[in-house]
Amino acid sequence: MVDTNGVPSSATAPGDADSTENTASAENTETPRPAASTVPGLVRRAGGAGAPPVRRGNTLLRHLLIAVVIGVVVVIATYQITPFRNYQLATIGAYLCVLPGLILLTGFNGQISLGHGALMACGAYTVALVQDALGGEAQWHLLVSVLSGVATATVLGAVIGVAAARLHGPYLAGATLAVAASVPAVTTTFDGLFGGDAGLSFAMAPAPESLGLYFPFERWQAWLALLGAGVTMLLLTNLVRSRFGRTLRAVRDDEVAASLAGIHVARVQVLAFVVSAAGAGLGGALFAVLAQSVSPGAYGLTLSLNLMLAIVLGGLGGLRGALWGAIVLVALQPLADAATRGFSFSPEVQQRLDGTLPLAVFGLALIVVMTTAPGGIDGLVSRATRRLGQLGRRSPR
Amino acid sequence: MFRTLRRGIAVAAALALAASVAACSEDAPSGNGASVPGVTDSTILIGTHQPLTGRAAAGYSKIASATKAYFEYVNDNGGVHGRKIEYKIVDDAYNPAKTQEVVRQLVLQDKVFAILNGLGTPTHGGVLDFLKTNKVPDLFVSSGSALFNQPEKYPSTFGFNVDYVTEAKVLANYVKKTFPGKKVCFFGQNDDFGQDALKGAETVLGSVAAKQNYVPTNTNVAPQVGALKAAGCQVNMLATITPFTALTIGTAAKLGYRAQWVGSSVGGDFVGLSALLGKAAPLLLEGYVTSGYLPSPLDAANPWTKLFKEVNAEYNGNTTFEVNTLFGMAVGYTFVQALQAAGKDLTREGLMEAVEKGGFEGPSLVPMRYSKDDHSGFSGTQISVIKGGKQSLVDTPYVTDTGDGPVEPYTKGASTPPEKGIPTA
Repeated sequence: MVDTNGVPSSATAPGDADSTENTASAENTETPRPAASTVPGLVRRAGGAGAPPVRRGNTLLRHLLIAVVIGVVVVIATYQITPFRNYQLATIGAYLCVLPGLILLTGFNGQISLGHGALMACGAYTVALVQDALGGEAQWHLLVSVLSGVATATVLGAVIGVAAARLHGPYLAGATLAVAASVPAVTTTFDGLFGGDAGLSFAMAPAPESLGLYFPFERWQAWLALLGAGVTMLLLTNLVRSRFGRTLRAVRDDEVAASLAGIHVARVQVLAFVVSAAGAGLGGALFAVLAQSVSPGAYGLTLSLNLMLAIVLGGLGGLRGALWGAIVLVALQPLADAATRGFSFSPEVQQRLDGTLPLAVFGLALIVVMTTAPGGIDGLVSRATRRLGQLGRRSPR
Repeated sequence: MFRTLRRGIAVAAALALAASVAACSEDAPSGNGASVPGVTDSTILIGTHQPLTGRAAAGYSKIASATKAYFEYVNDNGGVHGRKIEYKIVDDAYNPAKTQEVVRQLVLQDKVFAILNGLGTPTHGGVLDFLKTNKVPDLFVSSGSALFNQPEKYPSTFGFNVDYVTEAKVLANYVKKTFPGKKVCFFGQNDDFGQDALKGAETVLGSVAAKQNYVPTNTNVAPQVGALKAAGCQVNMLATITPFTALTIGTAAKLGYRAQWVGSSVGGDFVGLSALLGKAAPLLLEGYVTSGYLPSPLDAANPWTKLFKEVNAEYNGNTTFEVNTLFGMAVGYTFVQALQAAGKDLTREGLMEAVEKGGFEGPSLVPMRYSKDDHSGFSGTQISVIKGGKQSLVDTPYVTDTGDGPVEPYTKGASTPPEKGIPTA
């Protein structure tokens, strides 16, 4: 089972290497928890207090089961909420395709990317162009266009990844930042193809008729986005628990030690970038599906920075942080709006505050989380649940 | 392992059952007798998306608060048919993705009666289909793009600004009369703003001697201005937004290039240009030709300017009164007029029929076009020239169409505001 390169030959098919190894190395494969991160300041979690019980069995099957149960719950939930909440849920779903990959890249592999907005744009523009070419009336058109969006983003990710493997820390951040900043320039330079600043809009088939005549389009969008999120989460949770996941962490913790152990460091870094690029491509494709249009403004530098902020806020220690990050990205603006609605300002102050306040709240939330919970919201929540668990055990029956 | 599996399957089956039960309670749209979204006996809720932050905020963030101030003035004077107007302004930062979200929030969550004056071609262009599907009146879009005048395709969408083709035709007509025999060139933004303006200019002038364009993300226009200079252009027609008008004129001055500049109203705000050009503004802007369809905010004698200035002082915190403030008030006035015309039994269909009937009279220098098969806003503009640090109107307003029609003077003159400054049915 020892591969001289240390990388499973089919790293993108998660779970395959896992089943045979699970019993042997269950302890380090359980909760993905960086002991000491190479990303200083971003992840500094207290070491595991009490290792979780060792579970045996097929990881993929277990995850699949969990995914199905969660999926059913979510589908029920989409029937209970209003179309707008469904749209927000869909947005969370789309972010949940991007953020886990970014956590895999940054939290597990130690590479910083500020260019994932560009990879999302790549997926989104591919969807728009393919939908346009096919006509966009049938459901399979959408499947084809989303898959080709993922494929192009993956290819671009491989190209950037090769460059990224040669760069470290701030240099890598700078290079990927340049990629993110170039999106508007590319779309305006080739405005015949990409529609310049105005972008492209495309036709999309409505929800299948079998779902009913009055099936809300927003619920259908939520289903599509959550399906994407589910698949991404399932594949990535398996991936980080596989042999590849361990090599990722080994490379992050000490490149020299990893290469001495027979791991091809550059290859692992490129693969990590490719995997996260595929996620970003899917997320971008779903964003295009939600808006039925793409434009450079939607995939600018702010998006890339927001993605980074979201995973830091959510927690880089595990893929669960992605869920919190996605929720934060969607919920922060309405929360800030609700907070300000309670006050009444003079027109002049109101004009100043309008729009800028959510940004301030975002910044404030970041500062508070960074200082009080370096492990992000996920760290905070798991600490709280652990406390509750201990309390529950102590209380008399 | 198998126990977990069995338990999991049991849970999943139970949930699936619950889901199928939930699915039965499918929500069909309510019948005809249902109430109109956003309308009660005492209120009308409408919404807008505006760039309050981001790159377009500098010029446009004042529009919506001016509209709101006018509505509050109307509300304090009894409202429309006894209903008070509530105007919900949301920020989309001029980001089309954000527009998607906030417009859905307005329509699905807040249940607004109509969307009013959504700003921007790329931003609003993305929500046309959504608004159409939900049958939401989409009134007075803040753009001159032909995109918002497609009554066949988008029956509920109406533009507000003068469309770019019409305005370019009026400007080109002035150029043809005033600068005969001069070499005329064109410099525009590389989107439908520039394309429409070029089309309008060439309809009147024939092919221009040279054409250049710019992308808003690149702030170096020296190559393009240099090319215009090299081509020997004497009159340059601009389809540029305000920062780029200033940039172009400033760059030309640096290159020692003197020409006659003729700019569209989108980038012709004298106050804004003066602020951008700084100390050299009076010198550089001397002779600059532009046009407009609303009275000047600096013209204290105009009764409309006077009215809106008073509303601004009382209801808008007396912020600086400029073109965008006046524009916002004009939007508010026109909307109140449409509401009055729609009558006491307010429905979405009734409102759109009222707008399609047209015949609106307001602060504008030219009539509005609204009819069953024309959903564009103003029908023409009036030329203004900057002389001695003052911008003054020239001649009479001109009206024309978006096709090959002639550019004709409009001599009926402007209307005066009704007694209380609130339109009646």
